[in-house]
This record gives sequence, structure tokens and C-alpha cells, in this order.
Amino acid sequence: MTAGRTALKSLSTPAFSLERVRADFPILKLEIGGKPLVYFDNAASSQMPQPVIDRLVRYQTTQHANVNRGVHFLSETATAAYEEARGKVQRFINAREDRELVFTSGTTDAINLVTHGYGRKFIGPGDEIILTTLEHHSNIVPWQMLAEDKGAKLRVAPINDAGELLVDEYEKLFNAHTKFVAVTHVSNALGTINPVKRMIAFAHARDVPVLVDGAQAVPHMAVDVQDLDCDFYAFSGHKLCGPTGIGVLYGKAAVLERMAPFKGGGDMILSVTFEKTTYNTIPHKFEAGTPPIAAAIGLGAAVDYILAIGMDAIAAHECDLLEYATAQMNRLSGVRIVGTAAQKAAVLSFMIDGVHPHDVGTLLNQEGIAVRTGHHCAQPVMRHFRVPATSRASFAFYNGMAEVDALIAGIRTVQKVFA
Amino acid sequence: MVAANTLYQEVILDHNRKPRNYGTLEHASHHAEGHNPLCGDRIVVSLQLDGERIGNLAFEGESCAICKASASMMTVNVKGKSRAEAKALIQEFRDMATGKLDADGLRHIGRLAVFAGVRDLPTRVKCAILPWHTLHAALDSVASTSTEADDDPMHTSIGDA
Repeated sequence: MTAGRTALKSLSTPAFSLERVRADFPILKLEIGGKPLVYFDNAASSQMPQPVIDRLVRYQTTQHANVNRGVHFLSETATAAYEEARGKVQRFINAREDRELVFTSGTTDAINLVTHGYGRKFIGPGDEIILTTLEHHSNIVPWQMLAEDKGAKLRVAPINDAGELLVDEYEKLFNAHTKFVAVTHVSNALGTINPVKRMIAFAHARDVPVLVDGAQAVPHMAVDVQDLDCDFYAFSGHKLCGPTGIGVLYGKAAVLERMAPFKGGGDMILSVTFEKTTYNTIPHKFEAGTPPIAAAIGLGAAVDYILAIGMDAIAAHECDLLEYATAQMNRLSGVRIVGTAAQKAAVLSFMIDGVHPHDVGTLLNQEGIAVRTGHHCAQPVMRHFRVPATSRASFAFYNGMAEVDALIAGIRTVQKVFA
Repeated sequence: MVAANTLYQEVILDHNRKPRNYGTLEHASHHAEGHNPLCGDRIVVSLQLDGERIGNLAFEGESCAICKASASMMTVNVKGKSRAEAKALIQEFRDMATGKLDADGLRHIGRLAVFAGVRDLPTRVKCAILPWHTLHAALDSVASTSTEADDDPMHTSIGDA
């Protein structure tokens, strides 16, 4: 996030106005049980601004038809809009070519595409796949299923008590059997930012490809897949102010071309006979059936919206929010922050002494505050910190300091109820 | 929307702070472990059945306040009851918590009515039900149970926590 702050001075990004940004999000005007909504569950799903909602309405009211099929006007319009969205996402993460972007239903689907399309073809008995303790279940379970199926083995890079990856230990896991690395860019449970560029360089020096789970990174920082040099990068639309049901798998063209298709069906073929099917070119080879057209176009609009605010401005504002919230929470007695990495995205996982996170969540909800409580689909992280669950406040660029104050007041209320 | 403070009443907070019958029984004839994988709540119920009557029972585990208070008040309410009476109470508690039964239909529930508010908090219903679920399993001598077990007679599909 520090890189983002220095770049803030750049003249290309307009001055950030929280008030103006908040006015774009109709849902932020809601009251929950008579209290203004404080939405701090952005790591689970972010809210949608009016321009993205408007784009979805325009598509459905004037442009909808199936893509890549008809010669009629609407089909051509829809196809152009769908492919335009792919181009927007390409520029958003600075991919070299638009055919390196596969639309999926989300990050989970994108990772499963890799475990099936790449893993089942290139990973075999005795091979090793390196993961980290920080992974979301969606970057564990598909690899586990692959490993069970193929007789391969998972190796897990550990973390320290700040929730930082032990990079030395990660590097020690490599051996002649290492065939793949799957690592999260940003931990969803703790906010830790992993040094993925260094990790990728280390893996590549040993000819090992790397998938980066970017679901929690793309909403918070500028991502350049060419600079990272990752082989795969996966993320979701709905954590990026876009719709649910759309995600992206970026893959280097040469790698995608070597992969087997994941799902079979229409659109992913060039020709079909009962004897043999010839598959379509990338990315269409991986987009069987009618894709989530509206959602993809909505994601394109979300990317436009975010870029207009400026990734650097977003990173800087969220950095301020995290610093402020961390300081305020540290002043509360009986509250412990879980995950104190030096490099963190805008996520605060915390425990209140003597109060189970689910009780915290229910009582904060009474104050209109939405936080996530539970294991955050990251049980290995919970196990490391020996807690069954945490409460998690995760921030977006449309959150403000006043909302952090509401959270702190809400925590005091919880403590009073349980005093 | 129900205000959560109608749920977090003093009686529930008190049972959470000072759970009754907390621990394990030395010579339990029946016991079961209940687990809610969605939130990590874990409860062990052990009991001594004298003939058809619950002579003594205890619980322990790690859970949220709703679950712990529910377990504590459950032990107080079923101690001394027959197996059939306990099962009727389990059924009624479950029906109350899931909103199948309104206040007029409650015959045995008594002070346990403080948990009626969970019906408006779908993600917390399982927290309140887990101890009862576990007691049911213990009475049937099922060693372990889960709120997510499909074949469990107590299974309720209320949505994920």
C-alpha cells in the first residue's frame, strides 16, 4: 500500500472526495433497524455504484441477446459489449493480450479451471503443490481434490504470529518434485499482503508455475500481471463493485494454450462430430455455454468506475482508514487485533475478550454495523491463532472515519452488554 | 427486524456467565458431542439415565453466548424428566426457535421462551438449537452429531451461518 501512497501525488488522479463517492452508492443510504448502515463486510462482497447499476439496466433494456451466435443486430451488440468488457479487464490488470482473460463465474471457478485444465494434465503421482497457511478454502480444496485424484502432495508454507508468510520456509519447500505454487495475494481473513513478486521469481527460477488468488487484492491496489510475471491470476467481480456470478482467470497465453478445456459445451468448440471435437481458441476454449454476459459487462463498468476514482487514491484512502481503525481499536482494552502484518490491506480481524464473535456480530448488527463473523473460509488461519472464529471489519474506499468511530462505539456497547 | 437485545436478556447473559451443570459426569450412561461446523460451536452433553428418567446431566464445550445459555437452561429444565418428556421439550424448543410454533402453542417451554427471539435471526437459530440437538443424540446414544448432518432427525435447513 505504501507504493500507492507515493503515487497519490500523480496529477492523473482527481482529488478523492468521500462525499461524492458515497453519493454514487444507493445502498449506503439504507438504515438498518433505524441506524445508518455501516457496511464493513467488503471482503465478502462490495456494494455496487449507480453507474454500474445503470450499465446493467442499459444492457438488459437495449442490448441483450446471446453472444457469438447470431448475425442479428442485438447479438452483435451484445458480443461487442462482452468483448469490450474483456478489454477493460485486460487493461485493468495490464495483461499483454485480451485473449489471456477468461471469464469465469468467480475466483473459485477460476481456480477450479486451473486445477482441472492445467493440474489434471500436468500434475501426477509424487508431484508436490505448494500452498500457504493464509489460503482461502477456495485455494485449498480444489488442489486437495486434485492431489487426492493424482496421488500428488500438498506442501504448506507457514506464517508467523503477525500473520506474515515465512518466505524462507516457503523457499525451503521447493524440491525436484515441486510442480506448482498457488498463493493468495492478500489474506481474506487477516489482510496480510504476501510478497508475491518475490515468491513468483523464486518459483520461476525452478521452472514452477504460479497461480495468484487476487480476489482480495484487486479491490485495494493496482495489480500488473506482467510486472508480477504470474502464470495465473484469479479474481471476482462482486468484490470489485461489480455483479456476482462473474470472475476472471488471467493466464499467460502460452500456458492457456497448453491446457485442456475444463467444461465441455457450446461456444468452446470449432467443430463437433461424434468421433472428434476440435476446441476453440483461447479464451473461448474455456467459456463453454452461454457466459454471464450482463455480469461481464457490469464488471467492465465497475473497472471503469474504479479507474476513474483512481487505484492510487483508493489505496491511499483505505490506508488512512486502516491506520485510524487500528489505532482506535488498540486503545480499547479487552480487544485484540488478529493479524498485524507490516504489509496489510484494509482488513481488521479482532477478538473481544469473553465474547464469541457471533455474539459480537449480532450485537453490532443491532447498531447497523455489518461485519463478518466466523472462520472466513480460512480454517487453517483460525487454527494458527487458536481461535474458532474472529470478527472481521473489512473496508472499502467508500467507508469513512465516522463509520470507524461507529464501530468502536459498537464494540464498547458489546462490552457493556457482556460486562 | 428483532432487536438483538430482546435476545440478549439478563437471564441469557447470566447463564452464559455462570453456566449451570457445566462439566462432565463421572458415570454417564449416555453422552454425545454436538458440533456446528459453520461457526465452530462444540458442545458435549453427558447424562445419567435412571430407568427412563434423567437422573443427572452436564454439558461442556466452547460456544457463543446463545449456545452456552441454551445448554445451561436446557440442563436445568430436563433434569428429572423422563426420556419422553425430554424429547417432547426438545421438539417444542426446536419448533419455537425455527418459528414453527408461536407463543400460544408453547406448552412446556416456560422460561426457555427467552430464546424465541432467535427465530428472527436465521444465522443464530442453530446456535440455540445445538445443545438440544446434542441432548437428542445422547438420549439415542449417538456418539456425535452435527447441525449439518442430513440424516439427523433434528436436522433443520435454515441456511448457512
